[in-house]
Amino acid sequence: MFDSLQAWLSTFLFDWLAVLITLLIQAVVVILPVMLAVAWLTFAERKVIGYMQLRMGPNRVGPKGWLQPIADALKLMFKEIVRPTESNFYLFVVAPVLTIAPAVAAWAVIPFDANGVVVADINAGVLYVLAVTSVIVYGVIISGWASNSKYAFLGAMRASAQKISYEIAMGFALVTVLMVAGSMNLTEIVEGQQGSIVHWYWVPLLPMFAVFFISGLAETNRAPFDVAEGESEIVAGFHVEYSGMAFAVFFLAEYAMMILISFMTAVMFLGGWLSPFEGIPGLEAVFAWVPGFIWLFVKVAILLFLFLWFRATFPRYRYDQIMRLGWKVLIPVTIVWVFVVGVMEYVQLGPWFD
Amino acid sequence: MTFLQFIFYLLAAIAVIAGLKMISVKNPVQAALWLVLAFISTAGIWLIAEAEFLGLALILVYVGAVMVLFLFVVMMLDINVAEFKEGFTRYLPLGVLTALAIFALMYLVLGPERFGLEQVAAPAETASAQSNTLALAVPLYTEHVYAFILAAVLLLVGIVAAITLTLRRRPNTEVLYQDIDKQIKTRAQDRFEMVKMPAHVEKPLPEKEKEE
Repeated sequence: MFDSLQAWLSTFLFDWLAVLITLLIQAVVVILPVMLAVAWLTFAERKVIGYMQLRMGPNRVGPKGWLQPIADALKLMFKEIVRPTESNFYLFVVAPVLTIAPAVAAWAVIPFDANGVVVADINAGVLYVLAVTSVIVYGVIISGWASNSKYAFLGAMRASAQKISYEIAMGFALVTVLMVAGSMNLTEIVEGQQGSIVHWYWVPLLPMFAVFFISGLAETNRAPFDVAEGESEIVAGFHVEYSGMAFAVFFLAEYAMMILISFMTAVMFLGGWLSPFEGIPGLEAVFAWVPGFIWLFVKVAILLFLFLWFRATFPRYRYDQIMRLGWKVLIPVTIVWVFVVGVMEYVQLGPWFD
Repeated sequence: MTFLQFIFYLLAAIAVIAGLKMISVKNPVQAALWLVLAFISTAGIWLIAEAEFLGLALILVYVGAVMVLFLFVVMMLDINVAEFKEGFTRYLPLGVLTALAIFALMYLVLGPERFGLEQVAAPAETASAQSNTLALAVPLYTEHVYAFILAAVLLLVGIVAAITLTLRRRPNTEVLYQDIDKQIKTRAQDRFEMVKMPAHVEKPLPEKEKEE
């Protein structure tokens, strides 16, 4: 579809302009739904946690509170952005941009359905996601440093140290997926899981599935790993000094990352757009009409619900315990499992359950 | 101009400007950030040259890890910029001379007469589906496996050395350490003891008076 659009545009425009316009349209097609999902994910979070704590959650704006995210966005847009004295103005402004840009850019390689429904079907997709999301840590550090505030700086140190620690465990977990799949292309990884629900990689890589999701929680600074914004200790972490829309941008980035991690987990371990009823005689035919992206969205929704559920359930970790979990538990587990998968590949054990 | 050329010149311009800013800007934190920008634009140029593994590894390793640690250090240090600039004019001639000498050496070795299509044949076009990572990995783990393992062992020794150099345990009189393993393994029974004892029954008032 986009190829024909580009071909049509290049009949009367410069070649590079046609490519640029096509790329922009592709980007908007992906980013707009993500941003809308972020808006209503905040609503879902407040509702879900509300019901878990026997409250109603927001229910005043619009029918049953469904327009609450729009009200929040309008409020934040009209709030004044306060600039702390002696802060570094350029870096203070650049920091939110550096946080949101990678969180959005990583969506370029996420496949949504079979037959290449993806902006860029590159063969180093996993590496691309890892590389791009590793840039987010700069937004955190710079915002903390440029705010010229002790609390913000402490929060930035905590958050960035946590992020780069858990990135290692996350990377190793992905390495095992690459070893089993034999490809870094996300579409090929999903296609390698074809068969049935037990062919998905969560079965042979169950510990890695857990490690990846826990690291994802820590990467996004979500509870129970949200010491970066421990209210009782350092007010709100690296974005204390931000107000109005600048503050909202940090939130957008955090929730976009949550959705991204859920998509990555679904694609890597839960068979992406593959139907869970594949290979089951009766049910497969019954559910054959469901398009693939619906299955992917259902899996992502379940994972996102886990994010919210954890927040309502677990108490916050102490900071040194977080570091211990990352370095002394998760990283050794992943390294051992890399060897296990290596040996399995060497003796040609697997693919599993065939 | 094709779209690829446009992107190439854009990234090249950003890389050059970022490199210049990195050495000319006063604030060390900003200098480190300009260096990060130079890395990212260089990674983009590598991507254009179809070296996607190298480009992404550059971002992952240098931008995502090395420069973050570097920024940590620079931010924690209280660097007096004015002191740095002291004696700038005095050392300027020597600095210019050194810079010129380095440039001349690099020009001799890397000058334009050594490159170009007359010197080096254009690389064969590869199919876009060919995996760069695979092409790098296969010789690395077969032909050069000994060198690879040697480098890995060397890095391991480096890690061990760095940790032993910085590891110090102060006596418990100075610092109180928390043993997290012990803390986590605590069970309720270790902290909390249920004691059975007979209930103390208050006697009714008249009986009490009788006893007295």
